[in-house]
Amino acid sequence: MNRPLDADLHAWADGRLDAARAAEIDAWLAGHPEEEARLLDWKRQKELLHAAFDPVLEEPVPARLVDAARRPPRVWRLAAAFGWLAIGVVVGYLLRGVKPGDATAPALARNAAIAHVVYTPEVRHPVEVGADQEAHLVQWLSKRLGTPLKTPHFAAQGFDLVGGRLLPGERGPVAQFMYQDRGGRRLTLYVKTDSDNRDTAFRYAQEGKIGVFYWLDGRLGYALSGEMPRAELLAIAESAYRQLNP
Amino acid sequence: MEDLVAHLPRLRRYARALTGDRHLADDLVQDTLERALARSSLWQRGSRLDSWLLTIMHNLFVNQVRAHARHATEALDELPAEPAQRAMQTDALEVRDLNGALLALPVEQRAVLLLVTLDERSYEETARILDIPVGTVMSRLSRARERLRQLLDGGVQAAPALKVVK
Repeated sequence: MNRPLDADLHAWADGRLDAARAAEIDAWLAGHPEEEARLLDWKRQKELLHAAFDPVLEEPVPARLVDAARRPPRVWRLAAAFGWLAIGVVVGYLLRGVKPGDATAPALARNAAIAHVVYTPEVRHPVEVGADQEAHLVQWLSKRLGTPLKTPHFAAQGFDLVGGRLLPGERGPVAQFMYQDRGGRRLTLYVKTDSDNRDTAFRYAQEGKIGVFYWLDGRLGYALSGEMPRAELLAIAESAYRQLNP
Repeated sequence: MEDLVAHLPRLRRYARALTGDRHLADDLVQDTLERALARSSLWQRGSRLDSWLLTIMHNLFVNQVRAHARHATEALDELPAEPAQRAMQTDALEVRDLNGALLALPVEQRAVLLLVTLDERSYEETARILDIPVGTVMSRLSRARERLRQLLDGGVQAAPALKVVK
């Protein structure tokens, strides 16, 4: 018998030949001990690989991978898929009634309102990091914004921290903290770094149905957004200011 | 699309052997999942999801290796120290040798070897996953197995090293 094809030798080592063909190869190998040693080494390699790496199959799968496998496309990814049109339509609808003159509302208030209407309707993934990991959340966002951040709490006003996420801003990363009350109403606090280094008083902008109180405080610009009466939102904004400037 | 979670253990095993590092492997799996979900519309219903995931993983890994090679010189200082292999079993030394030998194989040979042996893919399926002809699978498999024999010293006395023709 001539030397079998390499493909047959591999298939022999991998146990993928039918019995008849395997027997032919066996017979040939009997007369070629060097080839037999080589093929037995191939089989041994395969056993070694299984012995070395099969234990991975028994390891618990890290939670981050289970999350990644189950995560529906993020809102922003979805937006990219549909083109920005989808976001434009949604935001346009939610901000309906805004007069052209209102478009001069500062970028801070407007961007905060847009981020508010994009993320507050999220049911499953309103935030990237939940309030149960608040220390990690603050540490992470502080690192990304390059300045120490604090999360104010509004329990006295009936709102609890849901968590936060990182957003792209015009000049770099922006943090968004989200709060929710028992009735399911949501507030967001939008925090960006500002190079202007000045302080301002509270200012108010109405973006459609969303009210926004915003202010600059040294290196940071804040915008608190919510769909609620102006007086109620102001009380929360004042509480935020006091907590952030003790 | 069907649930990706069921495929995670095997993807992790393959990635671990491919990268030789627990953290790199899980990062690669995560990148693969994210890309798969972002491009789920490209998956052809009826085709094997796990094969498609392996194709994505392979392309990501090859690109990473290429990018790494390109930046290797300047990034040398920043490379994390090679994490110690888990040395729990009595044959830990052998496992470490095996890991080192695998990493010494060119990526394309390593992928073919691991898909055929560890993941038990047929030669035809391996060809589809890697988007190469079956003949190329066979030749890469030959080279990988012979190189691994030399690296593991398993075949030194049995036969002189074959001159491998590309």
